[in-house]
Amino acid sequence: MPEYQNIFTDVQVHGAPDLGVPVKSGAWTRGNKTWMAYWAGKFGEAQIGPLYLGGLGVASIVCGTIAFVTIGLNMLASVGWDPIQFVRQLFWLSLDPPAPEYGLSFPPMAEGGWFLVTGAFLSASVLLWWARLYTRAQALGMGKHIAWAFAAALWLFFVLGLIRPILMGSWAEAVPYGIFPHLDWTAAFSIRYGNLFYNPFHMLSIVFLYGSALLFAMHGATILAVSRFGGDREIEQIVDRGTASERAALFWRWTMGFNATMESIHRWAWWFAVLCPLTGGIGILLTGTVVDNWYLWGVKHGIAPPYPDVFGGTADPAGIGGN
Amino acid sequence: MKDVWIVAIPFVFVLVLAAMSDWDHPPIDSTQKGFRGTGMVQVDNPRTEADLAERNQVWESYGRVEPGGPPAGEVYENVQVLGALSQDQFDHLMASITDWVAPEEGCLYCHNEENLAADDVYTKIVSRRMIQMTQTINSEWDTHVGGVGVNCFTCHRGQHVPEYVWVEEDHQQETTGGFSARRNNQNLGVEVTGYSSLPYDALMQYLTKDDVEIRVAALDALPTTEGGESIQKTESTYSLMVHMSEGLGVNCTYCHNSRAFGDWEQSTPQRMTAWHGIEMVQNLNEEYLIPLQSALPENRLGPKGDAPKAMCTTCHQGIPKPMYGANALEDHPELGAPVQ
Repeated sequence: MPEYQNIFTDVQVHGAPDLGVPVKSGAWTRGNKTWMAYWAGKFGEAQIGPLYLGGLGVASIVCGTIAFVTIGLNMLASVGWDPIQFVRQLFWLSLDPPAPEYGLSFPPMAEGGWFLVTGAFLSASVLLWWARLYTRAQALGMGKHIAWAFAAALWLFFVLGLIRPILMGSWAEAVPYGIFPHLDWTAAFSIRYGNLFYNPFHMLSIVFLYGSALLFAMHGATILAVSRFGGDREIEQIVDRGTASERAALFWRWTMGFNATMESIHRWAWWFAVLCPLTGGIGILLTGTVVDNWYLWGVKHGIAPPYPDVFGGTADPAGIGGN
Repeated sequence: MKDVWIVAIPFVFVLVLAAMSDWDHPPIDSTQKGFRGTGMVQVDNPRTEADLAERNQVWESYGRVEPGGPPAGEVYENVQVLGALSQDQFDHLMASITDWVAPEEGCLYCHNEENLAADDVYTKIVSRRMIQMTQTINSEWDTHVGGVGVNCFTCHRGQHVPEYVWVEEDHQQETTGGFSARRNNQNLGVEVTGYSSLPYDALMQYLTKDDVEIRVAALDALPTTEGGESIQKTESTYSLMVHMSEGLGVNCTYCHNSRAFGDWEQSTPQRMTAWHGIEMVQNLNEEYLIPLQSALPENRLGPKGDAPKAMCTTCHQGIPKPMYGANALEDHPELGAPVQ
């Protein structure tokens, strides 16, 4: 007998499209076009749509497309408009920020101007998308949790690309738009500022990153494990606790003495996820502006312990001292 | 049909990512070098050892020759550098150089058949300068080549031009220029950057002159009024370090302490050797190799017309000690210092 399990489910329910709850229609009413996607149904809901685009959505996609295409065309130009080289070198290509000499001024287009223009459109795009999340949640009478969670990610995004460069007085501090280039930027950032691992906000960000993964695994596993008792009806279980909740709760009390509740686990998860970019953003913001070398800062404040000197000590041959 | 893309796109993405990387597959050997738990380890791929050993075989030697016969300067004409050497030692060195640099062509690769003393073959001019350079390395850069020294074979390995020299590449010709964003000498997967997108001109920036600042990490915990180095400058330094790592076949912690790359007190003794190595290569390029440009024919120059230059890989060729630390001067003490 086929089972309904959602991940790699054997059963897909096909019927009349589900258009959702009735909502007050605005200037842009939502679309009503839907279709069924067999492979999407293997992983989740087989019905795609209805989509809602709206003014904010259109504006966001237009701005985002301008930014995306500007990056792409500049990359394509950097390989002499050769599509084969574009594909071959794609992971290395980049739209780079201006050189440090330009400070916060607007450089010539070829030397960072395109980067700033792209940044402006990308910023507009993500902010419009945020507004879209907010208003769509409002239209459905939902809380704004998703919009605020996205805002946490935007905080980190704007610290990296806007706030910190302004505080440092140089657009050159911003992150390049490229696959490998942004990874090299990350490594160079830690090298320049004396090892980001000694940055307490970086530590917190990692705690929340790994913590989020852990909570996600624990919660997902718990719900799957009790779905045979109706545990997948999480919302009902919050207000009307059934045997699924009781078993899941007892399992965690047995194994670790404490359990989250059907509601609180979602708050745990939301806060862990949101605090990851929030603390990370603070850590980035302080780097270079308030602290110049996190390792030395760690020594100063007793975070970095001394280790036995196994190499016998080496003096700086250039006599500059310290580093 | 469009549903297939939902699965196919991420799948292809992962495949492409895997295919273009030159990752080493496990198992990898890891050897602890520093205090436990601090990540001070050296990682080696045991499957590349045989290949490295094959590529770094020591020269064949005629053995050591004691001084014998009159000074070479009296026997031969136009001996400018090795004139004070005895004839036997001079002939011995000439034979070895032939083996090391031009085993196929023999003497006539550098000498005029009609008159061996003539200076009309460019390779003879270059060889003379290279002998002087070798003597300089062995006498003035004991801090780097200490004890074992170098000879011609350390770099040449039987080839006219050492395999691992570098010239300024003309990558910018691929750029459209004009209105579009500059490539900034980076974002190109090439060997010298270890296929990262770091600046590929780091050797040009740092190894062609000696008054250049490589260090980027701040010296104080808090920012100073002078300000610090930019991320771009850091990436150039990083690129140079990637070259050193690739050239020597070691990871960062061979020299640096994992917790504080800049701190000398916690660094390994190898960092000091490497520091002198950078100074040495800067000096060799500035004093010996770059000026050879005027002596070299066009086909030996780079696309931008510069002479081939030295880098870490030129001697090291993938291992921490060139030729696994074999003594390069044992049979040729005359290369150890200018002959008096």
